Amino acid sequence: MLKMTHLSKAYRTEVVETYALREFSIHVREGEFVAVTGPSGSGKTTFLTIAGLLEEFSGGEYRLDGADVRGLNDNQRSRLRNEKIGFIFQAFNLIPDLNVADNVDVPLRYRGFNGAERRRRIQESLERVGLAARSRHYPSELSGGQQQRVAIARALAGSPRLLLADEPTGNLDTQMARGVMELLEELHRDGATIVMVTHDPELAIRAQREVHIVDGQVVNLTSSPRLVVGAHAGL
Amino acid sequence: MFAYYLRLALHSLRRNVVLTILMILAIGVGIGASMTTVTVFRAMSGDPIPEKSAQLFAIQFGNWPMNGPQMVPGDGEGLQEQISYREAVNLMDAHAATRQAAMYSTGLALTPANPQLQPFQVQARATYRDLFPMFDVPFRYGGAWSADDDRDHAEVVVISRALNDKLFAGANSVGKTLSLDNHDYRVVGVIEKWEPIPRFYDLTTDKYGTSGDLFLPFTRAIEAQMETWGNSNCSGNVDPGWEGRLNSECVWIQFWAELPTPADVTRYRAFLKNYATEQQRSGRFDWLPRTGMHDVPGWLIHEHAVSNEVRILVLVSFSFLAVCLLNAMGLMLAKIMGRSGDMSVRRALGANRGAVFSQCLIEAGVIGLAGGLLGLGLTILGLLGLRSLFSDEVNRLSHLSPTDVGLAVLLGVAATVVAGLYPTWRAVQVQPAWQLKAQ
Repeated sequence: MLKMTHLSKAYRTEVVETYALREFSIHVREGEFVAVTGPSGSGKTTFLTIAGLLEEFSGGEYRLDGADVRGLNDNQRSRLRNEKIGFIFQAFNLIPDLNVADNVDVPLRYRGFNGAERRRRIQESLERVGLAARSRHYPSELSGGQQQRVAIARALAGSPRLLLADEPTGNLDTQMARGVMELLEELHRDGATIVMVTHDPELAIRAQREVHIVDGQVVNLTSSPRLVVGAHAGL
Repeated sequence: MFAYYLRLALHSLRRNVVLTILMILAIGVGIGASMTTVTVFRAMSGDPIPEKSAQLFAIQFGNWPMNGPQMVPGDGEGLQEQISYREAVNLMDAHAATRQAAMYSTGLALTPANPQLQPFQVQARATYRDLFPMFDVPFRYGGAWSADDDRDHAEVVVISRALNDKLFAGANSVGKTLSLDNHDYRVVGVIEKWEPIPRFYDLTTDKYGTSGDLFLPFTRAIEAQMETWGNSNCSGNVDPGWEGRLNSECVWIQFWAELPTPADVTRYRAFLKNYATEQQRSGRFDWLPRTGMHDVPGWLIHEHAVSNEVRILVLVSFSFLAVCLLNAMGLMLAKIMGRSGDMSVRRALGANRGAVFSQCLIEAGVIGLAGGLLGLGLTILGLLGLRSLFSDEVNRLSHLSPTDVGLAVLLGVAATVVAGLYPTWRAVQVQPAWQLKAQ
């Protein structure tokens, strides 16, 4: 589903070249739930934005659902992003002056679905996250957990092949975080492929597999037992 | 997607009402100021007789020496804008054009038949019958007087619709008599409202004035020694009395000729040159008089029908519009950049650059439309203000045509879309990854 091979991402200024990712390789298979962990500045979010086609990479190869994404233009990347990827952000990123249904509608509009199809998908995805009754509410009228559920409904509405979640519970209290996490697990059980970036070892352990990044490179957790211990210590 | 972007634009404008109002105000005030001046400018500089303006020619004749006093400031040809009585008579007698008419502005005292009405002065134009068909003057009742009337100095008049309304309550007055300067004149025609702007055929005094209350034969006016109400400029000695004036080189008469084809123009030009040569040979001048012919558009330019002050005013008002648009652009930039988070989310959800560009530009268009409509309202207020401050002359210039209405709205939308291009371009440049990382 998602395969990066020897991928690198460098930020260049006049005097210095900084690598956010270096020789970065990862393979996420269809139906997997992968947690990507690592300390701040390790390159987790850079990985996520490249995986989500929001950012170009400097070298290496990236195949999404079998397609080589190098050299795609803005239109092609936008279309691929719209059709194959669903984003779940830490800060929910709902558009405040659109109601719940209209927020879920956003990716469907760019997909070009007709009105009936859009309404069907909005209804289904809101029912999936248990917020069908709140479709006319505005984000400011919802709790943090409910807002994140709306964001998940938005990510699901276009039936993407891959869900990318960036600290999905980072802005939520424990109870709400648990609810969101259970929803992601449920989606995974139903066959969704999920890549979740998180600081939280408790969440990481609930994923099927954990990929740890340090200094822009994937670290083999079995050779770094302290990290695994540390991660599990918080459970 | 247009309807969707339109709905998003309305959502966005409601989100920050103060900023939206400020943008609409900035654009509306700019449009209002520029459209007010443009409306007046267009009226001043418009073609007063578009169907025939290329076929009608003002005739000039250089009966003054080259080193004589300057009559028309800035006139490089050294020609006056009017001709003398002798030229008027000679050119009329020659019948060298398809139609021709000498004319001058004068005035008479009218004593109404209705004893309840006080005598009053009327503004008249002494001319020839050809003026009416030559200038396509529309008639409500009757028509022009005859060629015989011109020859016989007949006491006949063609009156304006306004005068007919005043004296005869709008009824057909053809055949009725008017007492003018204690002489009875027979009404032969009543014209419809006819107010060419500018009053191209006589720009010597009131360029944007009315066409007057009545018309009467030139020959009759001369016989009755009716003084000109327009400008009269003289060179050399002038003998006293009316005959002295008629035999002088004073210029006080306008002369127009209708020349429908280029061949007619060429022929008339040659005729004028021959006439000038004849006049020199006759010993009237010790120089060869220059001659001039200008069609209506050329004449308006020659006579500076639109003053430089008005042109400058238009420039100033458009500069003001530019300043307003710059302000609107700044506000729009602030508004759009304030929503860069939303834009980056949309980009992440599949919007390409074109979609973001379209959304922002349609939002700018909606602001422009509102600004244009406000500008239209302010233009109407501005024109009403001008009417209340200035004379009837301005009143006649300050009509807002449907074209002007469309222009105001179109200008608002177009100018705002242009002003919105830079903020929109900036919005498109927003890197969604950086925005999302920042969150």
